[in-house]
Parts: sequence; C-alpha cells; structure tokens
Amino acid sequence: MAEPIKIKTPLSDEDVQNLKIGDSILITGKIYTARDAAHKRLIDLIEKGESLPLDLKGQIIYYVGPAPAKPGYVIGPAGPTTSGRCDPYTPALLALGLKGMIGKGVRSKEVREAMEKHKAVYFAATGGAAALISKNIKAVKIIAYEDLGPEAIRELEVENFPVIVANDAHGGDLYEEGIKKYRK
Amino acid sequence: MREVDYNTIVDAVARLCMEANYFLGDDVVNVLKQALEKEESETGKDVLGQLLKNAEIAKTEKIPICQDCGFAVVFLEMGEDTHVKGNIISAINDGVKKGYTEGYLRKSIVSDPVKGKNTGDNTPAIVHTTIVPGDKIKITVAPKGGGSENMSEVKMMKPADGIEGVKNFVIDRVTRSSSNPCPPTVIGVGIGGTFEYVAFLAKKALLRDIGQRNPDPFYADVERELLEKINNLGIGPMGLGGRTTALDVFIEVHPRHIASFPVAVNTNCHAARHKTITI
Repeated sequence: MAEPIKIKTPLSDEDVQNLKIGDSILITGKIYTARDAAHKRLIDLIEKGESLPLDLKGQIIYYVGPAPAKPGYVIGPAGPTTSGRCDPYTPALLALGLKGMIGKGVRSKEVREAMEKHKAVYFAATGGAAALISKNIKAVKIIAYEDLGPEAIRELEVENFPVIVANDAHGGDLYEEGIKKYRK
Repeated sequence: MREVDYNTIVDAVARLCMEANYFLGDDVVNVLKQALEKEESETGKDVLGQLLKNAEIAKTEKIPICQDCGFAVVFLEMGEDTHVKGNIISAINDGVKKGYTEGYLRKSIVSDPVKGKNTGDNTPAIVHTTIVPGDKIKITVAPKGGGSENMSEVKMMKPADGIEGVKNFVIDRVTRSSSNPCPPTVIGVGIGGTFEYVAFLAKKALLRDIGQRNPDPFYADVERELLEKINNLGIGPMGLGGRTTALDVFIEVHPRHIASFPVAVNTNCHAARHKTITI
C-alpha cells in the first residue's frame, strides 16, 4: 500500500482536489462530530436563517457518537456510524463550505453530486475499529447540543487520524469501483 | 425449588454486558487472521489489520470494541425448578444498567420510538425467555449494534420458492446492505415458523461460534454455499472492495404453516458479540 498522505484541517479547495479515491490519509487538526440528530438541528437553524454553533468553512464533520471516556481517557471508543442517515441534510452543509466528511457506508446520489459541485471529499473510517481510532483523538470539547448525549456536537483535536478516500471531488466512488474489481 | 439471589443475576448480567463489549471472541480473531492471509485488496488488508489491532487494544484496556455498545439482547433459559427472589426480568434490567454504567458503555436506547429520549442507562433489555427442564439458569447477553441491525429483513416467501428462493433472498439482502453493516459481517438466517418467530430464529443463529455448522448436513451445505457466494460479491471489508464480505452464515429452521414460508436475515457486524453464563 502507498504511503499515507498527511493532511491538516481546515481544508482548502486545492487540498480537496488533490485527493483521489483509494488514497490512504492521515488527518491532523480539528474536526467536528455530528450524527443525524445534530444535523437536523443545524438544518432547522439554516431554514430559520439563524447562525450555526460552528463555522463549517473548510471543516470536516465526523459521523460518530463516542462511548463514554473511562477515567484517565480523553474519549471513549469512537468509530464511524452509518453516513447514509445524514444524507438528507448534507447538501445544505456542503453549500455552506463543509469540505470533508468521515463516516462509513455509501452516500446518496444527491450527496455525491453536491460534493462535486462544492468540491468536497468523503472519507471512510473503519467501522468497528473504535478503540483503535480513539487513540488518534487528543482532545475533546462539546460545542453544542449537550442534551443529545453521545450525539452532541464535539470538537475533536486529532493526530494522524486514519481514513481512506471513498468519494472524491471528481465523482470517484471507491464503493462502486472496489466492489466491481473484486466481484466474481 | 432452587432459590437464586436477585443480585446474583444483576452481577452476572452486568459482567456479561462488559465482557461481550470488551472481548472479541477467539473464534472471530482466528477467522479474521485467516481472512487477512487470503484478502487480495490492499485496502481490505488494511481494514482487517485495523480490526485485529482494535480487538487487542479493547481487550488489554477493557474498553469497548465499538462505540455502538448495542441494544442488550438477552436470551434467558430458565430452568423450571428455579426461582429468582424478586423478578428475574427486573434483575436482568438492573444488570444491564449496572454493566453499561460501570463499564463505560454507550447508552443507545430511546424510551419511546417516536416521542422519546435516551433512557440514560441502556435499558430496557430485550429478553427472550424459554422455560427448560432442570434448575439452572442460562443467560446469554448479545449486544446488538444499530448499523448491522438496520440491514436485516423478514420476507414472507411462497413455499414454492424453496431453498433456491431463500438463497437468492439472502444474497440480495447482503448485496443491498453493501458497506452499511460494517463488513465483514456474520449473517443469521431464519427459515420457517411465523412472521415474528422467523426473526427470532435469525437472531438466535447469531449466537453460534464461527465455523459451527447446522447439525443437518443439508443446511450445513447451504451455509457453506451462501458464504462462498457472499464472499464472491466483491463487497469486501467496509464495502471498499475485496474478498472478505462475511465471516460466516448460520441457518436456523422451524416447522412452518402449509401456506407460509417466512425467511429472515439478521445481519451482525464482525464483533458478533455474545457471552453466556450458566447459574
């Protein structure tokens, strides 16, 4: 496997355009957690014309609801959840400048089209590797919707967070290509 | 009549909840290692390697394998000559509450499906009770994650569809599930019974250890055939393409009504969590 590419957040259009499906990536910097319940609240704010609790420009959203941290840990196991549940909300966030998403599983046609239009990238993290992934999270801060518990929006400080480019800004789809390649 | 203490059940269930979430079964570790040897996709190898490393960290540090610590599904085999002081279902729920709280497991249960909010302690458990002869109590805790559960289905087929119909349905279900249930998966299949019972059969099938075939050679062959077909779909680890899509397929069957042919597929993730105690 090729050496992983190291990237830092926030991402520029140029950063995003250099990434291709199948690339192994290590992310360093701040990323933000949100599952579908938090997405719904963000969309409600957008529809009311109110400001969001975070500026999405250049940022990455990680679809995750971490387990509680044991004493002495910054976070509990924190692997990706199914991205598809966020699909109905995603195009509106991409229009606001969201540049990356981390999750697991295929995205809808609408999301893939919006990714090409707004230049964004979708990274797959390994579902079920939550304990391993949590080792790359160095700090955690709740920034909104604490009442949602594991579904609150958190700011994560990550270091060399391992992901694979599943959908790039050029219409590439690793789910489609990969499965085609190994089908017998 | 044998008397069993309420707290014996509470403590046992709490421990099973934690152990099922922290310790990947040796059967799964072994089959993941074999899959890593055989996997052709570089991305697939990377993913399988991560799952093995993850299991090691979870085991050493006693932290959950996955942040989704599941719905606490409990299989209770209650010996008819035993009595639990207090109510056994409430003891099981107290055990779940204790295990998920003291074990730093994620609480994922919403009190009412439409109007509710998080119950905060992962209760209530889903308890499947069977009354059996004897004075023992056998409890299996099988925490079930949402991502894989969502990729499950019941289909009321026609008796004329036969075993070929079952095979096609299973393959179609796995194909449509694609990357969502965190492949490599374990597939439970129920055939027969009624609408609700066939789903229970598919769930019960997931309690088997990897490699444990149905005792009926006919169904054992179907299990082997389905596993090979599923792994030829190319879905691969995390659905990013590869040879390893499922780790095993388990079939459970039951007598059916002359007019009905219910079939269920219950999808599990690689963690295939289940731990058992006999008291």
